[in-house]
Amino acid sequence: MSDLNTAMIEKYRSSFLKEVEANVEEGEWVKMCMQCGVCSGSCPLGKHWEHPPQEIFMMIRAGKREDVLSSDSMWMCTSCYNCIARCPRGLPITHIMHGLAVYSKRLGLTPQKQPTAEFSQIFWDNLMKKGRVNELKLGLSMYFKDGFGQGIKNAMANQKLGQNMMKAKRMNAMEFFGGHSVKDLSGFQKIIKKAQEIEAGNIKDFK
Amino acid sequence: MTEVIATNETILVVGGGISGMTAALEAAETGKQVVLVEKRPYVGGRVTQLYKYFPKLCFPTCGLEINQRRAKMNPNLNIISMAEVTDIKGEAGNYTATVKISPRYVNENCTACGDCGKAVEAEFDDEYNYGMGKRKGAYLPHRMAHPQRYVLDSAIIGTDDAQKAKDACKVNAIDLDMQEEVIEFKAGAVVWATGWKPYDANKIQPYGYDRIANVITSVEFERMADPNGPTGGKLTRPSDGKEVKSVAFIQCAGSRDKNHLLHCSRICCMASLKQATYPADDVPITIYYIDIRAIDRFEEFYQKVKAQENVKFIKSKVASIVENKENGNPTLHGVDTEGYNRYADEHDLVVLAVGMEPSVDKASFPVEITINEEGFIEPAPENGGVFAAGCSSDALDVNRAVQHATGAALRAIQVVNRVAATEG
Repeated sequence: MSDLNTAMIEKYRSSFLKEVEANVEEGEWVKMCMQCGVCSGSCPLGKHWEHPPQEIFMMIRAGKREDVLSSDSMWMCTSCYNCIARCPRGLPITHIMHGLAVYSKRLGLTPQKQPTAEFSQIFWDNLMKKGRVNELKLGLSMYFKDGFGQGIKNAMANQKLGQNMMKAKRMNAMEFFGGHSVKDLSGFQKIIKKAQEIEAGNIKDFK
Repeated sequence: MTEVIATNETILVVGGGISGMTAALEAAETGKQVVLVEKRPYVGGRVTQLYKYFPKLCFPTCGLEINQRRAKMNPNLNIISMAEVTDIKGEAGNYTATVKISPRYVNENCTACGDCGKAVEAEFDDEYNYGMGKRKGAYLPHRMAHPQRYVLDSAIIGTDDAQKAKDACKVNAIDLDMQEEVIEFKAGAVVWATGWKPYDANKIQPYGYDRIANVITSVEFERMADPNGPTGGKLTRPSDGKEVKSVAFIQCAGSRDKNHLLHCSRICCMASLKQATYPADDVPITIYYIDIRAIDRFEEFYQKVKAQENVKFIKSKVASIVENKENGNPTLHGVDTEGYNRYADEHDLVVLAVGMEPSVDKASFPVEITINEEGFIEPAPENGGVFAAGCSSDALDVNRAVQHATGAALRAIQVVNRVAATEG
């Protein structure tokens, strides 16, 4: 369990709802949910969620901290915005789901091998190297994330797609060697470093 | 030419539904001069279209008869039907109202014998039955209509039908030369009682009212249940005319929703509970709700309906309705709140418990008035001598609308009494 997680449990011992309101993007909306269920019913991926949004909101209010933060549910959101469009109370449900995912990631509670979480990490690492996404390496990292054997299988299965992308100049094989970059890479890295410092500072304040 | 004798001590009532009628009668019975302007060809408004009242399940025709009798007997009350107030100028104690009167083409000789209706051929959607069923081009709007006088649809004027109607009339009641009139008269105070209209169910896109035949609104279901209604009191499916074997009610269809009506319409829970008593007791009924708002003394009625063996409650706002193309059954999709179970339930007929919205929109008020964000009239000093009554002030049931209208009548009486005191 991460230090931050321990600190947060200590701080918000009595109310997970308060913790969510203070630390999760748009978390202050959670208490506005009237449990009508339109979000869950309107979600195109709804049946794949362990806990639909309306249940997540109720769990937050019921103080089910571990169950919510280590849940796979909010990672299933594809940002289609159906729930936001239909919510009779105007809750920014999509944003809250992303906020919960980010918070669970920060606390180190995200379930292992959650594909969306894994992809997000790979995307971030890829982007940080050059300040630009290297499409080729991003694809390869995804193919090989579950080992070399599986990677080869994935690559073979998607061979045609890769070739077509090359033909359409959407991907360049030369990207494998280094790849393109932002003009001022060190400047970019400084910006990110500073942002991370600010964020870490915020986390310190929670204690 | 319609003659209206009115002074600054006259009370103008705009709208002759249950609220307007109540305000007009209460004021007239205290001895005040009252002019009631009603847009429809008859008074009584939407209450005339109800089959039963909640919670007693008695018939609105009963109270309507009493009110109509009071109206007939009172010489202080002047009812102008088929008329609309287009302008009001002045201030409390001294208003001038402009009223546009549409031609009825039938004068007071009419005995409502129905010969003209039989003679004409053209048929139109029957607005009294919310477009379910047809009426003739010469028609009595409904059996108890007051005034008890036929109307010629303006669309048949200038056609052979108009002449046929005139020829059929034995009492010389049809006057095809009637013209639209615009009259002006004075009033000291105004009671604004323009009422409500059902929220347009087409706007609730996921419920498919516009594309699924067996999805209807609560006001349509009410007409269907009435033995004098378009189906003779049989609850049938619009798609194939078969008697319904299962009914679902969807609550908050348009209400309590920032995409539609912000407010709780208050009556829909009770209306659906009432309507759940209409089908035979072997017809399964499912009510989908967010929470049941049966306030105060209505709780008992809710418990009574809840105890009905054929009635089931599902705590969930339905997310969408899809039609089963094979049998025309609407399939309801959603997730319930008691267990978070995903359902796809098929029913014969789905009734949308549509919300109430003010019948006059913000831009169309002919007089300076304070409106809240839901479109209802606020009791503000800036309104001067204009007082809202009934559903123009809020979403109310009949009982509360009548109480509110009585209060509005009193406010109007106070204004004209002040006028009387200064004029001596």
